[in-house]
Amino acid sequence: MQRREVLKAGVGLGVFGTLIASGLVQPRLAHAARQMENAFQAKSLEEALKAVGASGAAASNDIVLTAPDIAENGAVVPIELESKLPNTEMIALFVEKNPNALSAVFHFTPEALPRVKTRVKMGQSSDVVAVVKAGGKYYMTKKEVKVTLGGCGG
Amino acid sequence: MAAGPMRIRAKIDGETVNVRALMSHPMETGLRKDSSGNTIPAHYITEVTASVNGKTVLTAEWSGAISTNPYFEFDVKAKAGDKITLKWVDNKGESKEETIEVK
Amino acid sequence: MFKKQVLAVSLIAAVWNITSFGAFAANDEDARLKAIEAYRKQIADGNPSDLLAMEGEELWRTPYGPKNQSLERCDLGLGPGVVKGAAAKLPRYFPDTGKVEDLESRLMTCMEQLQGVERQKVIDSPWRKGEKLRMDKIVAYIVTESNGEKIEVDMSHPKMKEMYELGKRMFFYRTGPFDFSCATCHGKDGQRIRLQELPNITKQEGAAAGWGSWPAYRVSNSQFWTMQMRLNDCFRQQRTAEPIYGSDATIALSVYMAANGNGGVMLTPGIKR
Repeated sequence: MQRREVLKAGVGLGVFGTLIASGLVQPRLAHAARQMENAFQAKSLEEALKAVGASGAAASNDIVLTAPDIAENGAVVPIELESKLPNTEMIALFVEKNPNALSAVFHFTPEALPRVKTRVKMGQSSDVVAVVKAGGKYYMTKKEVKVTLGGCGG
Repeated sequence: MAAGPMRIRAKIDGETVNVRALMSHPMETGLRKDSSGNTIPAHYITEVTASVNGKTVLTAEWSGAISTNPYFEFDVKAKAGDKITLKWVDNKGESKEETIEVK
Repeated sequence: MFKKQVLAVSLIAAVWNITSFGAFAANDEDARLKAIEAYRKQIADGNPSDLLAMEGEELWRTPYGPKNQSLERCDLGLGPGVVKGAAAKLPRYFPDTGKVEDLESRLMTCMEQLQGVERQKVIDSPWRKGEKLRMDKIVAYIVTESNGEKIEVDMSHPKMKEMYELGKRMFFYRTGPFDFSCATCHGKDGQRIRLQELPNITKQEGAAAGWGSWPAYRVSNSQFWTMQMRLNDCFRQQRTAEPIYGSDATIALSVYMAANGNGGVMLTPGIKR
């Protein structure tokens, strides 16, 4: 059953699916078909940006990334992401020093405003990076968050 | 910790509706170890879908880095009487759906 | 065992260093505390305690126990079924039992009388499981209904005064292998363990801040703690005997804290690092 699901998931997953099918990636790493699956599996920020398709994204002041200067506990770091760029399709959130840099991707239709608030875990002080895809182009901004207590130890 | 209920609040703000949701979920990364040193298996929400009157308006893809008992706030174009539905699916295939009417 | 001792020693070291945090200049320290204050405000919105409160409201209304009754006729001091604002006036003296009760002990009285659920079943339940988990959820609901209310504990009954004096004695009573009392950490202004400033519970401001922000959700372990749990953990950290759930000892300490905090505001449930 599990194997079947993996194979089924593999069909829709392009390169990642092929990797599973060829045994290069452990089946246990496979999840329900996230569109950005390979980007979620990437470790470093650079790899993750590349997997999202955002390598070389232009720095932009039209992205508002609100996060605390200091997080008392890395288990809960409040983040607000807002794009003022026209035709925003997607906002992705990365934490550079987490084991897997990509934390979340939000896809917007014109029926939703390009603004979200959520909370992420941060293992240590790190840059938080927001990437916006608008009108087919990629833009980014970042902010440093200092963590006084890491959020990955429970 | 098992996945539990979801709480959604919606507030009209002019042309849009501000939606705030809390989801009861352990959001285990799969990287933590328990007190005996065994890895706690990954268990986290992978996808959240928001829809208005049945039409998808926003989707989120998450990793285990989203905090335990996730908080998610967003704004959709909607009005009084509209039905806003939030659904999550996790990596174990469990899911939860909740609908509220905008008042 | 060894690990416990190391922890204890480091706790003592931390308390010792409370006043000599000196590694940072005062200005940096102010900026840091301001940034942390900003962080606390940001996480206050969307407190996961809401999830428990939602379930608690359901439990309050749902028939349960051998008598298959709901808690809707439970009198928390403002009349049967009145929840709004009730927690802000607890603990209080209840003429029907002839006792001073805090929220959890009063709920145990209601569970026993209305639902036929034996008190001992709740007391014996492990933390955050079974009957105590039900209790946690109901507590979350009730204290949410007192959010923003003024702390107003009626001290006129002699039994309340008696409990206050007992609570005060307990607060200053030094015990355990490290000779700690509650006052060791919570009896002076400006005390701190690492970055957590510790309220001075002997004063109104500190007592209001401490009492008024529990029960709370702790983000470090994703757990909701009632005041009974909070107090129990204080004793554990003192490395001394842990009190019985809902016992007079815990109620007396709550009376001492709540009465000192009178006039403050309930910001419950709190959210803590």
